[in-house]
Amino acid sequence: MVEQTVRIISNERDTDLYFRVVVRAPQIAPLAQPGQFVHLRILPLKHALLRRPFSIFQVSGDTLSILYKTIGEGTEVLSRMGPNEELNMIGPLGHGFNVPKPGGEVPLLVAGGYGMAAFYMLAQRSPQKGVAFVGGRRRVDILCEEEFRSLGWEVRVTTEDGSYGENGLVTHTLSAELSKRMPGRKLFACGPTPMLKAVGKLAAEFDLPAELSLDEHMGCGIGVCLACVVPIKTNDGWEYQRTCTEGPVFDSRQVAWEAVK
Amino acid sequence: MNLSVKIGSLTLQNPVTVASGTFGYGVEYSQLVDLNQLGAVVVKGIRLGPVRGNPTPRTVEVTSGLINAIGLQGPGVDGFIRKYWPFLKELKVPTIINIWGTTVEEYAEVARRFDALGGVGALELNVSCPNIKEGGAQFGTDVKLLSQVVAACRKATKLPLITKMSPNVVSIAPYAQAAEAAGSDALSIMNSFPAMAIDIETRKPRLANVTGGLTGPCIKPIAIKLVWEAAKAVKIPIIGMGGIQTASDAIEFFLAGATAIAVGTANFYEPQTALQIIEGLRQYLEENNIQDIHELIGRVQIGN
Repeated sequence: MVEQTVRIISNERDTDLYFRVVVRAPQIAPLAQPGQFVHLRILPLKHALLRRPFSIFQVSGDTLSILYKTIGEGTEVLSRMGPNEELNMIGPLGHGFNVPKPGGEVPLLVAGGYGMAAFYMLAQRSPQKGVAFVGGRRRVDILCEEEFRSLGWEVRVTTEDGSYGENGLVTHTLSAELSKRMPGRKLFACGPTPMLKAVGKLAAEFDLPAELSLDEHMGCGIGVCLACVVPIKTNDGWEYQRTCTEGPVFDSRQVAWEAVK
Repeated sequence: MNLSVKIGSLTLQNPVTVASGTFGYGVEYSQLVDLNQLGAVVVKGIRLGPVRGNPTPRTVEVTSGLINAIGLQGPGVDGFIRKYWPFLKELKVPTIINIWGTTVEEYAEVARRFDALGGVGALELNVSCPNIKEGGAQFGTDVKLLSQVVAACRKATKLPLITKMSPNVVSIAPYAQAAEAAGSDALSIMNSFPAMAIDIETRKPRLANVTGGLTGPCIKPIAIKLVWEAAKAVKIPIIGMGGIQTASDAIEFFLAGATAIAVGTANFYEPQTALQIIEGLRQYLEENNIQDIHELIGRVQIGN
């Protein structure tokens, strides 16, 4: 974990409300592991105090990129920043995905919208290429499809409005695939909580291991404020653990879904 | 130049501490901040047993502030001693342990346990958390209960006692005086302000707990006024806190009457804040040719 001021190299629109920002972060980029995140202080934001957490999308040498959606004041302000402007970054943070071992499980990735961003490094580093199931409301919510294909992955797209790929929810497509009951697979999921919950259910139903990247309102990002907690099973019930420190990635069997609203 | 101050029998190398609940148990920040530069590390509130805390969402950002309702999640006395004390006891700077309970007896028992531990710098009595149903603010907003809690802890330990005051009172003076009379060595002024935010789309409160405690720069002017009022009412030192982000903010608190200060919410977004403030204080004293931080304490000029 390092705190450093980073300089923006580029910050460009991807599709619709999605942007990609690339920064030079020589102390942080080389440490990044799949599924980890960075906590950004967007310096022009004056009246909103907190940092914003973002999955690490791609790393190349001493640069690091983030694929984000403009969903509020912080990301709006970020989207208007340009090359040579500075951000303050703490990272890499959190406990990411366990990359499958050579000859180990075949990964099936399940992404909702910009959840896809959290998977790029995993797809890159996994010795077994698998299938990425990508879902979104509309065609513009389907991100970096070609980049995953060029890593040698199969990509299956689902949109809720049927404007691209299969029509419906990503978990329906996934469920159909899991029904083939091919051995040696493992699920990895990142997206909205209802999707994660559905993936957790499918994992239980088909008796597959699954790692889920969970999301909660975050304060400090390094484990002190206890804002971003999720209920995780213990020997005698459950306790709140921090998505920023013990997570964001948890084994789906550990999540106490009955305590998630 | 002297930056050193005393809180009861405890000497701090400088007057810059951190606010309970914003700095975990110190270890979390140790990769980013040189903890040994601080005046003291103040840990999150601990009661006798472990506490699960409130459901999420636990925080909501508001203009220049943050409302939280964490609910004092924590490991309890034994968990703290097992998990965090081995790290904290090796620090060169004192650890101040924030404690709470749901009864006067529990406060005293926790105080006794930490007294027996040895090596603790001071205890801060949290009688002012707005986010738990039992304990917390009920003790800080009733002069009689406040006196009982402080007196019981005073009996239980020789460690310096700091009472962390609730801002949610008509006048802070009688509470400050009650804590002083019952044996408190210092006051922390103050805890967060009860607050609420609503999502106008869903019409639901932003926090699962409905209400929470407001902190951050937006509360600073109110905190300054409370420190100023309490400083006039008591002789014991005051640790001032509320929205401090810069050395200038800290100096306002000293002028209002604080002997030390605590950085709170700013730790969440800028972990270096406390260290930057120590450096800024040194610069300010040097530029103004002031030899001792005590020359600032309570020196607000009212009238001519």
